[in-house]
Amino acid sequence: MRKNNSHDKLSKTLLRLHVNGEVHEVATEVNKTLLEVLREDMNLTGTKHGCELGECGTCAVLVDGQPMLSCLMLGIEAVDREIMTVEGMTQNGKPHALQSAFADLGAAQCGYCIPGILLTAKALLDENPHPTRDEIRQALSGNLCRCTGYTKILQAVELAAKEIAR
Amino acid sequence: MKKKNLSVIGKPLRKIDAMAKCAGETIYADDLNLPRTIYAKLLRSPHPHARILGINTARALKLDGVFAVITGEEMPQKFGIMPSTEDEEALAVDKVRYAGDPVAAVAAVSESLAEKALRLIDVEYEILKPILTIEEALASTEDSERIHTWNRQANIQKAVSLEFGDVEGGFARSDHIFEGTFFYQGNTHLPMEQYCAVGFYGPDDKLTLWSSTQTPHYLHRALAKVLNLPASRIRVIAPPVGGGFGGKSDPFSHEICAAKLSMITRRPVKITLTREETFYVHRGRHPVKMWAKTGVKNDGTIQAMQYKTYLDGGGYSSYGLASVYYTGALQTVTYKVPAYKFEGVRVFTNKPACGPKRGHGTPQPRFAVEIQMDEIAEKLGIDPLELRLKQLVEANSLTVNGLKISSCGLRECIEKVAARAEWKKKFRKLPFGHGVGFAASSYISGAGLPIYWNNMPHSGVQIKLDRSGGVAVFCGSIDIGQGSDSILAYAVAEEFGIDPGDIRVLTADTDLTPVDLGSYSSRVTVMTGNAAIQACGKLKPLLLEAASQAMEIPPDDLEFADGKVRSASHHDRAMTFAEVVTKAEGKHGTLGATGSYWPPKNPRDFKGAGVGPTPAYSFTTSIVELHCDSATGEIKIDKVWIAHDCGRAFNPLLVEGQTEGSVYMALGEALMEEQIFRKNGLHKIPSILEYKSPTTLETPEIETILVETIDPEGPYGAKEAGQGPLLPVVPAVANAVYDAIACAFMKCRSRRIKFCGRWMDD
Repeated sequence: MRKNNSHDKLSKTLLRLHVNGEVHEVATEVNKTLLEVLREDMNLTGTKHGCELGECGTCAVLVDGQPMLSCLMLGIEAVDREIMTVEGMTQNGKPHALQSAFADLGAAQCGYCIPGILLTAKALLDENPHPTRDEIRQALSGNLCRCTGYTKILQAVELAAKEIAR
Repeated sequence: MKKKNLSVIGKPLRKIDAMAKCAGETIYADDLNLPRTIYAKLLRSPHPHARILGINTARALKLDGVFAVITGEEMPQKFGIMPSTEDEEALAVDKVRYAGDPVAAVAAVSESLAEKALRLIDVEYEILKPILTIEEALASTEDSERIHTWNRQANIQKAVSLEFGDVEGGFARSDHIFEGTFFYQGNTHLPMEQYCAVGFYGPDDKLTLWSSTQTPHYLHRALAKVLNLPASRIRVIAPPVGGGFGGKSDPFSHEICAAKLSMITRRPVKITLTREETFYVHRGRHPVKMWAKTGVKNDGTIQAMQYKTYLDGGGYSSYGLASVYYTGALQTVTYKVPAYKFEGVRVFTNKPACGPKRGHGTPQPRFAVEIQMDEIAEKLGIDPLELRLKQLVEANSLTVNGLKISSCGLRECIEKVAARAEWKKKFRKLPFGHGVGFAASSYISGAGLPIYWNNMPHSGVQIKLDRSGGVAVFCGSIDIGQGSDSILAYAVAEEFGIDPGDIRVLTADTDLTPVDLGSYSSRVTVMTGNAAIQACGKLKPLLLEAASQAMEIPPDDLEFADGKVRSASHHDRAMTFAEVVTKAEGKHGTLGATGSYWPPKNPRDFKGAGVGPTPAYSFTTSIVELHCDSATGEIKIDKVWIAHDCGRAFNPLLVEGQTEGSVYMALGEALMEEQIFRKNGLHKIPSILEYKSPTTLETPEIETILVETIDPEGPYGAKEAGQGPLLPVVPAVANAVYDAIACAFMKCRSRRIKFCGRWMDD
């Protein structure tokens, strides 16, 4: 029953990607989404998938500082752009204020949606360091979380905003 | 040994895995990448009800890059979570019973190639008329096409009937009888993590299966049975689960197929289901039609209650035997019910099987109970809270159906939630379109019986100490986000007076960890917590003896605190925990101990008595404030207050988190989410885009009040928090809608208010 997987021609292209401040050369298929490139070709499994149709926000990463759904973007579209995944939020061993606040307040239950939420919240705080509760709700309205009822997530974003301002 | 104040329990600590989760370092099942992994996909039936006449896999097998194709004939052994209703096959053999039922599986070099191969499998079906509603199933006769043949009555999976006390007499003594019919719509768990399993049959002839499962132990048993392997050669590992809510509690086709395909190919086989597939795997909330009858005196005290429930079970039994009993078990555990009769029926339909979702079978009848209580209060002119307060169950009492209530903080929950929400100022006093509603509930803290009959412990914990001062805790429990790993660490840290950070917790690995039955029925804190405390209790005398000898302090003056064993009277006379372990290890040899937990024996014994008993009941009350747009039918929740009697808040942050998450999930069930099907048996909305669930914009402010009753059965008095708080919120929404737009709501027969559980005559 076993067979070899033979290809007639090379199917991969070399992409130069800037991820978390590092430059990577990645051999991948051009039809792969950024989500697939990150998870499957770069083993950056901190980025999760929830629907792969752009419906849940779980796979959000930052592209040039803006939250993007990595399941709706091709890896090849990310060439020469600055990509940040959750693994890049911890800088020099120091967690981002959002990461600490989420841990302190119990905002991560199963934790599966948290990478996407942290990055989306980071984009918000980078642009608007003192958001109101409603502005946070608006910013995170594309990120589904089934565990927390969002309450501790909203509180954690507010706590992180305070910590950053200190 | 001296008792000390609690230093870990009750504190709002981080979970031990919190930073890993926030750093993206937690490895979930689909994050595993083993060398040489190949990928599997399942071919699913497009028909809800059909006989399989033949499956030809030849064309798929010829495809370059395909490693194996399997069908049901290769593993026809039936399985299922409940031993008496095993009616599932890893891949359907003779018949498909819902659109989405898997019939074949492919392993290939890539997911896309596996998908391509699926299209080359030829299945010949004889299409049968599907049974899609409770009514159609109930109307089945001897001549009807049966979805299953093992069950006694055509398309009835299980019919149960229970009666306690003098029901007829109770209704005869009543001054008023209230009857109503209710419907609670089905919905699904929608965990953010899709199902994933990785199977690897190694060169040592041992099978390892990693799976996002809530019940690694039951999965272990199912694999042994279906694959015909000795259980000792199978290892099930559950990596941290990305949300379960009950949906990952059954053994599933994809898990068995990943294992089987690895046995054939001898390569790691990964299968990750798509979001669409998770809607078909389902095992979610049963749609239930209910009839409720309550007899009361003029003062509103209940004399008798009678319930009939009809559960739309879908194509397989799953937990259905328990589900049907649960729709009748807990009606008696909030208000005193002196006489009670219950009849329940779970039918088979050609839809994805329903199963346990947060609250398992109890949110539906709770919806009916609490709406009817409000109806009684209105008719008799009594405030709904007063009506309930005059007949609450009491601590240390036995219900008419033989359930033992240990602690009970229901009265405090009612009083506190009413005070915070300013109930008296609002009820029937808000302007038209605005309303408040109240409801109460109770839930189990762990099922009193295991799923398969045995006399072994429900939870086992093993602890290893060594000279490093580090403590390793092993337990079969699985952290699905609720924080069960942290609970183990907190309990052991408290017992030994050390920092939870000094504890390594290893869980959910059937080779390495003692059996725990799994993360279901809100059992984990009570059962693993007690087992952990027992294990610590076996080690402490050895440590105290060693410390006593070394410091020349009598053992009864010693205490475990601040990472030390110290004199309770002179805190400066102390040894570090690591030093004490070193002394004890030198004296007694390698230090380790096990702890076990069995729930208390059932107070009563009758057929069906296994569903309902528990070490302790939690109690919850909720008040919902909302407003309705009478023109559009839109309901907007303004705020939810919830008071939950959790026994002891092991970690208040986690208890609040469970409570808030329950409120959110309840609001989704009440106002947005429904698992619905087309006439051809296909799911109407199998995507997150169409299956609407609350976002940050729909989820209101939630105010949580924790009521601590310190239950004698729980570890440090803890009960449960994961499921109970969902229960009162849905009927509280219904009661608030009535308060907001009473007349319109009752009369409107085709109103646009999208309300999952509605009066059926609407």
